[in-house]
Amino acid sequence: MTGTNVDLTTRLAGLRLDNPIVTASGCFASGREMQRFVDVGRIGAVVVKSLTAAPREGLPTPRMVETPSGMLNAIGLQNPGVDAWLANDLPWLVERGATVVVSVAGDSVDDFAHVARRLRGVEGVAAIEVNLSCPNVEHRGLVFALDPQASAELVRAVARASDVPVIAKLTADASDVVAIARAVVDAGADGLTLINTVLGMAIDPVSGVAELANTYGGLSGPAIRPIAVRVVHQVHQALPDVPIIGCGGVRTVEDVVQFLRAGARAVAVGTGGFVDPFATETLREGLAAWMAEHGHTAVSDLVGTATVRDAG
Amino acid sequence: MSDVMGRVEEDGPLRVVAEVVARRPSGPYVTLVLAAPELAARCRPGQFLEVAVDVPGTLLRRPLSIARAEVGEAGSLGTVSLVVGPEGEGSAWLGRVRTGQQLDVVGPLGRAFPIPQRPATCLLVGGGYGAAPLHYLTEVLVPLGHRVDLIVGAATEDTLLHSIEAKRLAHSLRTTTDDGSAGLHGRVTDAMPAVLARGDVDVVYACGPNAMLAAVSTVATRAGIPVRVALEERMACGLGVCFTCVIPVRDRDDEVRMRRSCIDGPVMDGARVQWRALGLAGAVEAAERVDLAAAGTDAP
Repeated sequence: MTGTNVDLTTRLAGLRLDNPIVTASGCFASGREMQRFVDVGRIGAVVVKSLTAAPREGLPTPRMVETPSGMLNAIGLQNPGVDAWLANDLPWLVERGATVVVSVAGDSVDDFAHVARRLRGVEGVAAIEVNLSCPNVEHRGLVFALDPQASAELVRAVARASDVPVIAKLTADASDVVAIARAVVDAGADGLTLINTVLGMAIDPVSGVAELANTYGGLSGPAIRPIAVRVVHQVHQALPDVPIIGCGGVRTVEDVVQFLRAGARAVAVGTGGFVDPFATETLREGLAAWMAEHGHTAVSDLVGTATVRDAG
Repeated sequence: MSDVMGRVEEDGPLRVVAEVVARRPSGPYVTLVLAAPELAARCRPGQFLEVAVDVPGTLLRRPLSIARAEVGEAGSLGTVSLVVGPEGEGSAWLGRVRTGQQLDVVGPLGRAFPIPQRPATCLLVGGGYGAAPLHYLTEVLVPLGHRVDLIVGAATEDTLLHSIEAKRLAHSLRTTTDDGSAGLHGRVTDAMPAVLARGDVDVVYACGPNAMLAAVSTVATRAGIPVRVALEERMACGLGVCFTCVIPVRDRDDEVRMRRSCIDGPVMDGARVQWRALGLAGAVEAAERVDLAAAGTDAP
């Protein structure tokens, strides 16, 4: 208990979460690793590491390089595959009362749909998050999330295959992320996660060699937070009824509040959890305290309350 | 191996803010001693701590292997020691930390070196400041009745990590330097045949740079001796969730899988690590040329 009369519950794409702090996909593995630090049952929702149809060993190392106020990573979707996850990891999460959102990934529309079908009717799967930042092998390797039509086609296929809410995770790398958001919502997305990592690169200045084995990688951490807040705001302005999970560089309670005010109904912690393994807990408690201190009684009252300065 | 090695039981990690109670520069390294009784009681050789650094724009903690843990007895405070190397901004900051300053640490993390279940002869091989955990391991092994032979190498004499305690406890200590400025002129693997030739070594433990671990694993495996190594791979979290610190390892079912060095390691079976896939074919091939019969050079 936080000892305050603050209502932390939030509604998101048909789900009711006890609190708005969720984990970012790929930053919490399957949850088991973090139980040493936090009670996974008390996290708003556990968004698990992306699952593919078959197991994947991922990319060679180096997979990570630290950059100013952030890090670049290129993991390559290492995961046990949806079947092994269903057998070994989901029951453990369900047993601990976790609200489980399953991130799905793949190389093609069929790949994603296959994973979504495997999750059909499975007790304990609250929602699906579609990782659109995957290269589409049927479209010259172009990342789904960069193209409105490819994004819509993918989300439509997953939504058809699924019996739970479908949340589309988008990237700010798209030239018009609002257009992508509209396209996936029209295709059946019940919610959006904004944003995935931002594509970046680091080069060793002496050797001239790319730091990552994969050359390019996803930038995360506080370095991308202003981009994420901007995207949440833009999309919320354009699509005010669509529930959004804000994601990108959250470290503090004030960061959480920024995302809520920009229009997010839940806020994901990713890289921040690497630094503070207790982050989901400290942010949940800290948010309640912050709201009480600032005279706010419900999370829902903060959502989308950001105002803009007068032009004159 | 499995019949020699006991199961490693580890308590869960903690997050503590610990005061630096001593700071000891030695050559290019600095040893920091933290007052952390709860932490000290949980530490095992081979495990590491994730230490927050206060450098603007630096987000991630620094993984540092535990160089020593002393459980406080009868009123004395339990302490944990770390050896900080000279590379990188985070390490530079840690190297400047003063006595009395507080450090935010998470740990102990990772799997420790397994300890033999019956009296065994253990060859411990370390390089650079990566050798630090071997001194800790020596302090754990010797009181349990194990024989410890220590080989410590470095590029030059001033980068050799000295430990009076380990030297006193170990049954033998050999040093090597790449430039011949101290000890045997050569690599740690050049000092291994003399010890292995005795024929009594039950297990080899190693920590240091991965190229050295590849070489030591190759020599130990050629001699038919089990080898456990503490790996170093770039780590973002140290908690098992980011999947950046993976190492290709051949599992018992003969499949090669990417194992997380933070949670499946850092201590792994050196015979199962796929060193060539880590780009260390050169180190493996050099170690394949080491003359295992070169016992005549033994001069500890």
